Order: sequence, then C-alpha cells, then structure tokens
Amino acid sequence: MKVFTRLTGMAAPLLQNDVNTDQISPVAGHGVDTDYSNTLFYRQRYDSDDNEIADFVLNLPQFKAAQILITGDNFGCGSSRESAVWSLAGYGIRCVIALSFADIFRENCLRNGVLPVVLPADQHRALALKVAEIDGAEPFTADLEAQKIVTPDKLEFPFDIAAAERDSLLRGLDDIGVSLEHEDEIAAWEHSMAERRPWLQTAARPR
Amino acid sequence: MTGTLFEQLWSDHRAGTRADGRDLIYMDRHVAHELHSPRAFARLRETGRKVRRPDLTYQALDHSVSTFRPAGDTGAESPFIVAARAGCEEFGVHVFDVGDPEHGISHVVGPELGLTTPGSSYACPDSHACTVGALGVLAFGVGTSELEHVFATQVLALKPLKTMRVFFLGTPAEGVTAKDLILKAISVAGADGGRGHAVEYAGPAIEALGMEGRMTICNMAIEMGARTGLIAPDETTIEWLAGRPLAPQGFDWDSAADWWRTLKSSPDAAYDKEVVVDCEGMETQISWGTDPSQVVGASQRVPDPADAEPARKEAMARALSYMDLKPGTPLSEIAIDRVFIGSCTNSRLSDLEEAATVLRGHKVAEGVKAVVTPGSSQVKRDAEARGLDKVFKEAGFFWGESACSMCAGGMGDAADPGDRCISTTNRNFENRQGPGVRTHLASPANVAASAVTGRITSARKLLAGD
Ligand code: SF4
Repeated sequence: MKVFTRLTGMAAPLLQNDVNTDQISPVAGHGVDTDYSNTLFYRQRYDSDDNEIADFVLNLPQFKAAQILITGDNFGCGSSRESAVWSLAGYGIRCVIALSFADIFRENCLRNGVLPVVLPADQHRALALKVAEIDGAEPFTADLEAQKIVTPDKLEFPFDIAAAERDSLLRGLDDIGVSLEHEDEIAAWEHSMAERRPWLQTAARPR
Repeated sequence: MTGTLFEQLWSDHRAGTRADGRDLIYMDRHVAHELHSPRAFARLRETGRKVRRPDLTYQALDHSVSTFRPAGDTGAESPFIVAARAGCEEFGVHVFDVGDPEHGISHVVGPELGLTTPGSSYACPDSHACTVGALGVLAFGVGTSELEHVFATQVLALKPLKTMRVFFLGTPAEGVTAKDLILKAISVAGADGGRGHAVEYAGPAIEALGMEGRMTICNMAIEMGARTGLIAPDETTIEWLAGRPLAPQGFDWDSAADWWRTLKSSPDAAYDKEVVVDCEGMETQISWGTDPSQVVGASQRVPDPADAEPARKEAMARALSYMDLKPGTPLSEIAIDRVFIGSCTNSRLSDLEEAATVLRGHKVAEGVKAVVTPGSSQVKRDAEARGLDKVFKEAGFFWGESACSMCAGGMGDAADPGDRCISTTNRNFENRQGPGVRTHLASPANVAASAVTGRITSARKLLAGD
C-alpha cells in the first residue's frame, strides 16, 4: 500500500452531509481496468454531454488540483464500492476531512493510503471557514506523523487516529500479510469448528 | 449464553486478535460478485497468494448482467463476467453462472440455497450483505481489499462494533409490510443512526414477519449506516431453511437446529444504543427525497424544509430540488413514469406475490413503463409455476431475468433521464437508477398500485376502490 506521511496541497470544500459512494464514483463509469483518475464525482462534474459543470467545486479553477477535501457528516455512505476511494486517490485527493465517515468507506480508505480525518464539530467548523477564506490560494498540510492539519497561516488542527491505523498508513503495511502471521490460529479455529459444527466447515456444491 | 446475539456470534467466530487490536473474524461462507472479484483475483496473482478455502467461496454474477437479456444469453459480453469466470476457474471457486438454476442476486441466492444458516458468518463485497443477517447470520459487506483479504485468509480483520437494538413497538395498520417497517425505522434512526454499530431488529412486528420480510428489514440496515443487521433465529427461520439443498442434512440438521434454538440475546444484554420505532397503527411508507431516511406516510404531503430542524433544512431543499417536488404536495398527486419491482430488497417470491395480488385484473397506466425482475432464477421458476408471470404480463409489465437490474442502473437497465420511478429498491440516491432519475422507495404492493394509477398510490387505497 502507498505510504502516507505528509501531504501538502489545495483544500477544497464540499460541505454536505451524507455524500454517498454512488456520487463519488457512479457505477456507469466502471470497467474491469478502469483508470479511476477521471471518474470522481462524475455526475456532478460533467453534464449528460460530458461537458464540465462550471460551478461544481472541483471544476473551479482554484480547486482543480485539490489534494484535500473537507466535507460534512457520514461521508462515503451507501455502496461498499472501493472505486469511491480509488477515484479520490486517482484524482489526487489523498486526505478527506469530515465530521464522520461511513464504516465501510473508512475501511477502504485505510487500505488504499487515503487518510480519513475526523474533527470535532467546533474544530471542523473553524477549519471549514479557513478553507473557504483561503479559497484555494495557498496549500494546506495534512501531517499524519504529527497528527494535525496545518493551514497556510500556520493554524494547527490536531486530530485523533488509532495508533495502529496511523502506523499502518505511515508504513504502507500489507494488511493481508499482517493477518497471515496468524495463519496457525486460523487453522486451529478451523479444526475446532470442524469438530463442533462440521456442517460449517464442509460446504456442499450445488449439482 | 450471555451478551447480545451479535456479541455471541462475534466471539464464536474470533480466530485470533492482531497486534493492532483488530479481531480476526472467520467467514464460514463467502460469496463474491463480479464487480469486485476480478481486481481481487488480479491482486492474488500479483502477490502469489491463493484462495484459502475455495470450498467455502462462491461467485455470483449479478451486477453486470442485463435483466432484459434474451433467454439463453450468458452475459458473455460483460468484461466483468469474463474476468470473474477466469479467476474462479484459476482459483477453484464455484460460479453461480448466468443461465444456471442457482443464478441470481448474491443475497437472494445464499439464503435460498441454505448456504447461509443461523449462527454462521458471511462476507460479500456488497453493502447489502446484511440482508442475510435475517437468518441470525453475522454478515459483512466489504470492499475489494477486504474481499481479497477474505480470499487469502478466510477471515476479516475487524475492529469490534458497538451494538444497537431497533425495537418495533405496537401493531401497524393492515397491509403494512416489512418494507414499510424498515423505511419508518430509517426515518426514525436517520441515514447515519447506525454508524459503527451492528443492529439487531426485535419486537412483535418482527417476530410476526416471515423469513423473506425479515430479509427486507435486514437488507436496509446499511441504509441507516449500520455495518450489519441481524434478527435472532426462531421456528420461522428453521422451518424456512428445512430441505434447502445446501443446508445441513440428516444428523447435522438435527444438531444444527438444536444449536440454532439457543441463539438469542440474553434477556439482560445491554446495547450501546436503542431506538424504539412506534408502529402502532402506522400506515404504509414512501420516500420523497434522495436518502432513505426522507420518508413519510403515503397519505402525507411532501414536507417543508421550513418546518425542519436547522441541520436538515439544506439537505431537504437540495433533495426537493433534485426530486422536482414542492413542499406541501400530497404524495398521492405525484405522477410517475416508471415502475420497478426487484432487487435484493424485494424480489423474493412473497414480494412478487404481494405485487401480483394488487395487479390482478388491473392494467399499468397509460405511458408508465413497468419492469419486474425476480431476484433469482429459482424465484422466477417458482413465480412462473404459480402463474405470477402471467399476472404481470397481462397488466403490462416487462417480466425480466434475475439480477440487480434497475437497482443500480447498470448494463443499460436504467430509466430515462429525468424519469420519476417508484421502486422496491433500497437507494433513492441521485442518479442511482440512471442520470437524473428520481426514485421513490416503496413496498411491492404500493409500487404495483402506483403502476395502475400512474401516481403514487397505496395498495390499500387502490384495493378499497378510492
Ligand atoms: S440488487 Fe441492488 S442493492 Fe442488491 S446487490 Fe444488486 S445492486 Fe446491490
């Protein structure tokens, strides 16, 4: 997984609640080998003739190269599609700041080197005002090592993240590799279950 | 046993705990679908890993196959299906292939085959995996990376979830279905009311439901933001499972059923959160907005953001603008262009029967396009054996093949831009059923009634003749 340590880039505001993964990554834009760099918010960025919708935040000239997104409550709700995270990362947004994230989306972020930052309501409001005030003129920094968001005028917004999640992002850990260190325990569980509830360890095949 | 049912199943399935505090929760059954598995198979190839338990792993082909396909079409043109089949061949995974007798939507097929049984665990790379929780299953919807993780390890590495109980109090009005109950519950709990939680549904209204209605309830746990939902198994569950082809047989069945009867939250179990849904006399429910919590009773009017709490106003106004609705409009005056009955929420036999009961002797209103797609080919066969296909066709519905169809607007199974669609699906998100399409969520009976009048209509009103 791609390492996340520190990111400096423009911060764009999308201050809505309940932004769902259908919005972030509409299914019609998906193929087996899709390059997700241009599928982000497709239906909000482009009209039905594929022309840019001028007033969508990522189409405003100052936010075209945004790398940080600040949004509201329950970001990433709905479908479990990981393409929502791939399209954010593909576009270049590797840090999302929100009041809260939907569970599956947040898991998908952690596995793709995208940093989900949750701020308490008062801090979130203050940072959102700052993002509006700066309006893409200067970059913000998301610093995972120091666990803070830093504004262009050096205001700091500290955030919490579980130590293990921080460590995994900082080191770009292979999550499956970490679990596979427990292969013996998994095998032992299978043995015990085969005794206790044999029908669960032997699944029949149809026909 | 002590604790909530969810906690019991969690500790029963914990194979270990990682240094980062995540529990390794064993997945007894794993059903992948084709929008995710090609990338996960590709990653296994890159990393030189295998599918740990191909014998416990299955592949559904449901999202990218058209339900408007001619009979005999195997979906060979879908690149997702081609890649998924190739991966399954290589890694030894069984495919519920297009055209097979077991074909259908993953969450419909799993229970129907008896693949998912009480007290077991289930993963699927689809947020509606929670459907299966209706059988008392620990069910997890996952993304592609987690799918790959289950392929390689047969476990999910999960942080413990909080528990929540949604308790339905009272007896709803006649004709109120499982879909109405869950829409109401989401409107009470909110679209994010269950975030971080596993939700257990309980109460007399839940116990009174058949198995298929319970699946409709659990299907929409994710729409209140919950990671999963479940219902304690009882005799209804056990009877429903009896004789299903992949359910335990003989001696195993007896010991399984004995164990299933013990699976329930202990009376003194504490939940982190409790939501009570008062459904005494409750009427049938329909969504007016663009998230599944924006719901009112069918006899009500479109709400006014001016009356809403400040935090909701803006989202309501945005929803009204997308839905092209004015506050104060009676729902019964909203004209519709499209009708869809299907999806993992409401495409089982009882759902089709519910709709057909309303449709018998009626025709779809002039100018309304109506589609019904069974959730699996088994449902299709059963429905045809009962003559339901004829009822739908005579009313003017298109009778499709099994798959996701107009639920996610894939494979051209979408409404026309700007259409207003009343639908038995689970998401009324903007553009979900096609660009600019406006979706109203409702029960199969109400969708059928609306098809007949061309306006949002409750089945009770139609059947009462007013
Ligand atoms: S029917 Fe809809 S909600 Fe269900 S699995 Fe298919 S796309 Fe997902």
